[in-house]
Amino acid sequence: MTITLDSIGENQKAKVVSISGGWGLRQRLGCLGIHPGDIIIVKRSAIMRGPILISVHGNQVALGRGVARKVTVEVG
Amino acid sequence: MKIALMGQPNSGKSTIFNSVAGYKAVTSNFPGKTVTYNLTKFNLFGQALELVDLPGTYSLTSFDLAELEARKYLLRNSVDVVIDVIDASLLSRSLELTLQLLELKVPMVICLNMIDEAVRKGIKIDIEKLSKILGLPVVPVIAVKGKGIKELFSTAYKMEEKKKIGKTLNFSKDVEEVISQLSAQIKEKQISKEFDVPERFLAIKYLENDRYFMEDFKNRDKKIFKEINYFQNLLKEVHGRPPDVVISSERHHLSMNIDESVVSLTKPQASLIDYLDNALMHPILGYIFLALIFYLFFNLVFNVGKIVEEPLLHYFYSIIPLIGKSISTETLLFSVLSGIIQGLAGGIAIVLPYLFPFLFGLAILEDLGYLPRIAFLMDAFLHKIGLHGKAIIPFILGYGCTVPAIMATRILESERDRFITSVLATMIPCAARMTIIFALVAFYISPKAAFAIYILNLIVIIISGKILSRLLPEVTPGMILEIPAYHIPSLKVALAKTWLRMKEFILVAWPLLIAGSTILSLLQYYKGDMLINNLFSPLTSLLGLPLVVGTTLIFGVLRKELSMLMLIQALGTVNVVSVMSTTQIMTFTIFIIFYIPCVATIAVLWREIGSKRTLFTIAFTFILAIILATITRFVY
Repeated sequence: MTITLDSIGENQKAKVVSISGGWGLRQRLGCLGIHPGDIIIVKRSAIMRGPILISVHGNQVALGRGVARKVTVEVG
Repeated sequence: MKIALMGQPNSGKSTIFNSVAGYKAVTSNFPGKTVTYNLTKFNLFGQALELVDLPGTYSLTSFDLAELEARKYLLRNSVDVVIDVIDASLLSRSLELTLQLLELKVPMVICLNMIDEAVRKGIKIDIEKLSKILGLPVVPVIAVKGKGIKELFSTAYKMEEKKKIGKTLNFSKDVEEVISQLSAQIKEKQISKEFDVPERFLAIKYLENDRYFMEDFKNRDKKIFKEINYFQNLLKEVHGRPPDVVISSERHHLSMNIDESVVSLTKPQASLIDYLDNALMHPILGYIFLALIFYLFFNLVFNVGKIVEEPLLHYFYSIIPLIGKSISTETLLFSVLSGIIQGLAGGIAIVLPYLFPFLFGLAILEDLGYLPRIAFLMDAFLHKIGLHGKAIIPFILGYGCTVPAIMATRILESERDRFITSVLATMIPCAARMTIIFALVAFYISPKAAFAIYILNLIVIIISGKILSRLLPEVTPGMILEIPAYHIPSLKVALAKTWLRMKEFILVAWPLLIAGSTILSLLQYYKGDMLINNLFSPLTSLLGLPLVVGTTLIFGVLRKELSMLMLIQALGTVNVVSVMSTTQIMTFTIFIIFYIPCVATIAVLWREIGSKRTLFTIAFTFILAIILATITRFVY
């Protein structure tokens, strides 16, 4: 099942399928180790539609809700 | 010989820099604090070496200003040896930058930093094997403890003689094919010579659609532009992804493969602080802790400051009557002497007691790595004023000093965000203004009143933010921020950092304070202050302040705390409540907090956001200050 990263609950694991943003966003996420095929764990989801905290390749990254919405992932 | 420290944000470049330069560059545990480069000269084997600390950059494709600065420096200045600083616990990701640096074909040394942290995370790296794969020397280092620094620089020194460049590591066959064909075209047209980079590097950057190289290109040869387009489409068709994703995925896989072949994993040691992070980042508890931490922080600053301020002030002001006994109080000499003493008293007794604990506390929070966590917690709230979580970092730094706060806006990607954040950051009470709030309001009225000022200040900033983002509606990219692991702060580093920031105050502010109070004494002696006070009388009478306050407002533009110290001098008493009502103290403080940023801030604003926007900021804050102070006069 593919959904966007912002709709995943805490402590759930997902695999990145695609990043729908523009060139800048793709590059930026790539730099932090987020490419299609990478495994992400959502660790925290802030209140009031705040950012999500993910763990990718043993490193923590905070992504704004809008950014997370542009990342399509596969769960289960 | 010139050596450059290059590496991803938070990999410890500044720590290495400081260990040879003495404490010159501010380090802290959040990505992107080095926004311009630092330079130092030192001696090794009797040869003068130059070391450059470049801003951290995730890749050689640059987005924000700080990263662009690093790349520009590397491409334009003749660097003899590059030291690629790698956080050993993040080897795979760090190698992605290393691969790009390899393509530049410059002599290079790999500095494997924080190997102790890596071991704690259960990561063991086969250093020899890594060195063989990259064709470069790899030096293990623990920069915070100064371990391996000597070997690092002696290796770098030897590299210069050998002029050894690393291996070129190849991507998949079909991608390599495209790269070599495009490289051949570039070579034929001799474009890479202009940029002074290898053909392969340029070919990859073109395939990646790198803005910097592409933009320069558009207004030149249309022919090669077509070639680039052709190859980009080729990659896109074969891989079914945009060409930049193809390249970055290739690099990613290559790095992961290297990582896998040199790393052996064991069980990580969980530390107490990681458990604590669960609470600190909790959607509800996180905010409670945040409030608690800042409450304790400011309480500590106030209480430490108060204990020191009272006896010191008493001491200084008991000197003046003593001088009055030997020199007539009517003479010029007495005026000048008492001016100097009051200036000294202001610097030592009023400002220092609050400044030191504040800067020290901030240094501890910074080194711990708490600031990026605040960015995470505050992101949703900052969205309400049209900004993102990252903007909180300049804001927090603003409570220390506005100048580094405005410099730190460079970590924001969009120009609009940088502008709004800069304007709002000028309104945050810096340490100088904090001393006014603490030494005037908390001291003479009540700590509660001081707290109320901070709250009011926040509300005004929020409203201003709303207005500004309404004026500049634009959807900016959301927050993408690395949350680094916690580091136990080193007392030595925190003290060194506090001292570095204090030094600026002592060297720049004290002479100004003493000169300022001497000038005020002279003005009073020659009755010149009355002229200025009369000039300012429309403003002072609007705000309901004593006439003598007029002169002091000029000093506030030089440095904010000057206006308070000058106020004490102009009133001729240290017991402010005897001549000013609490309403007047409140009005004065509110006005000083918001009106025109100090000269240093104006200078840095001018450079960062341009003249027009700086003038806007000055006008905006001045009008705001008048409105708020007038309201305070009638309401408080």
